[in-house]
Amino acid sequence: MGSIITLSIVQSALELGFIYALVALALFVSFSILNIADLSTDGCFTLGCAVCATVTLAGHPVLGLVAAMAAGAASGFITAFLQTRMGIQSILAGIIVNTGLYTVNIAVMGFASNMNLFACDTVFSWAKEAIGGTWYKLIVAVVVVLLVGIFLAWFLNTRLGLSIRATGDNPDMVRASSINTGLMITIGLCVANALTGLSGGLLAQYQKSCDINLGTGMVTIALASLIIGESILGRGGMPKRVLGVVLGSCLYRFVVAIAMRLNVPAECLKLVSALIVAFAIALPYLKKQAAFLRQRRAAKEENQVFLQQLADGQKGGEEE
Amino acid sequence: MLFMKNISKTFYPGTVNEKCALKDLNLTLADGDFATIVGSNGAGKSTLFNAITGAFYVDRGLIVLDGEDITYQKEHVRSRVIGHLFQDPLKGTAPHMTIEENMALAYLRAKSSKNAYFSRIKAADKARFREQLALLGMGLEDRMKQPVGLLSGGQRQALTLLMATMVTPKILLLDEHTAALDPATAKKVLELTKKIVEERRITCLMVTHNMQQALALGNRTLMMDAGNIVLDVSGEKRRGMTVEDLLEQFALRAGKRLDNDRILFSKVENS
Repeated sequence: MGSIITLSIVQSALELGFIYALVALALFVSFSILNIADLSTDGCFTLGCAVCATVTLAGHPVLGLVAAMAAGAASGFITAFLQTRMGIQSILAGIIVNTGLYTVNIAVMGFASNMNLFACDTVFSWAKEAIGGTWYKLIVAVVVVLLVGIFLAWFLNTRLGLSIRATGDNPDMVRASSINTGLMITIGLCVANALTGLSGGLLAQYQKSCDINLGTGMVTIALASLIIGESILGRGGMPKRVLGVVLGSCLYRFVVAIAMRLNVPAECLKLVSALIVAFAIALPYLKKQAAFLRQRRAAKEENQVFLQQLADGQKGGEEE
Repeated sequence: MLFMKNISKTFYPGTVNEKCALKDLNLTLADGDFATIVGSNGAGKSTLFNAITGAFYVDRGLIVLDGEDITYQKEHVRSRVIGHLFQDPLKGTAPHMTIEENMALAYLRAKSSKNAYFSRIKAADKARFREQLALLGMGLEDRMKQPVGLLSGGQRQALTLLMATMVTPKILLLDEHTAALDPATAKKVLELTKKIVEERRITCLMVTHNMQQALALGNRTLMMDAGNIVLDVSGEKRRGMTVEDLLEQFALRAGKRLDNDRILFSKVENS
């Protein structure tokens, strides 16, 4: 394995792992906490990427990241508005926003399908000057994720955070206890999509480019990371769960890096993520089914002799 | 004080499933009134509660709670002053959150915390929650960091009761809140209910299918049929009443016998 995993592979897997961990954290808020499958994630990621690239190109890398978050939050607000004020089902609201965002993203990039940032400053190029060495990219990504992680662990334990968690956990209770569910869904989706936008923005500066198809399948990849993380660390307090999500994202990137190293074509990775997510979500159900099948087989064995006797007895009765 | 005037509500109007659930209902509860409600299946007991809590808006009529017209007030706004317990003990608490976190949510209804969205649970809050949990006598005060999903139905319902009354509500609605519990736990939760309601003089409406309970608890007994209140007894007249009197009165007022399978069962249990 030594030849497969080199230091530079570990390094780039960690860098991408931390950057994409922000999307996984976004889904942690929308999917795990609010119990909403937010399908606008793909478009929102590209939106963050495009907005950040545009602002960065104008010479404001930090403002670019802030703008990416603001754009993400705005997109989340629209998704939430559609489902809480317009009566559109949450999944459909996400799909509608996602579709609309394609045009918005192209427009943000000046009606081009890609743009590059090779000549301009980014937070990573600043870090290179300030820190030097080869680990500066990872340090930037870790600092950002650390800040976001601490914020989430704090936020989800405030009274507002508790209300958002309860909204996803038991809507009946929330309605009976003076919490405005519509408002909680709106705040939750704004926070989640701000993180998605930040992730896209960070990636734009990291790879110094932006492409209209960058976000395709992002929701599945982030879900895979989320599920890997939750199955490793399990449930528990908020800090532990946030840590698990980041861990899951890094682990996912390692799997991808090793697959690439083994010459698996990049196009196949989406299929691999899809399989991971489908399998991981189906796992509890499959476990239950397996337990039932075992129970049925055991019962059959246990009662076989008796059933045989019963059949023999009936046959004997007919003969007499 | 709760004042309801000419309340009507029809579900699925204009379809084959059209159901007139409340029909010109009038009800006035004085401060500190504790009224029990009995009635047939589909008489409109739960619908009456949902009209008060705002789960839906009534088609016609006026609902005034403590001098404030709440007829078209949003559900989450009026639930600030209304406590509501359901028959299903799973409905009143968030299973994946700890006991402490659930209680902190209930405490949000306090006026002082209206602008405290970013505050966290303080040590003083924890101490107060602990004190209140100890009153239940269920040992929950030592399990405050555990998710509520691990508690039994009775424990969850007792916790819900505590949460609903943590900030004294202007009215407490109990919708057969002990019906899904085993007899011993049901008794405990009921005693707790009685204690809290009487000590704090909370205005309270309680649906029950137990006729003896309907006469023994509180100071008023209401009987509902076909979306209306057909019998309202209190005071001297109520004190002298037996279950048989109550059933007879119902047959007289509603023009039919009471057909609630659970009431019939509970009659067998009591005899």
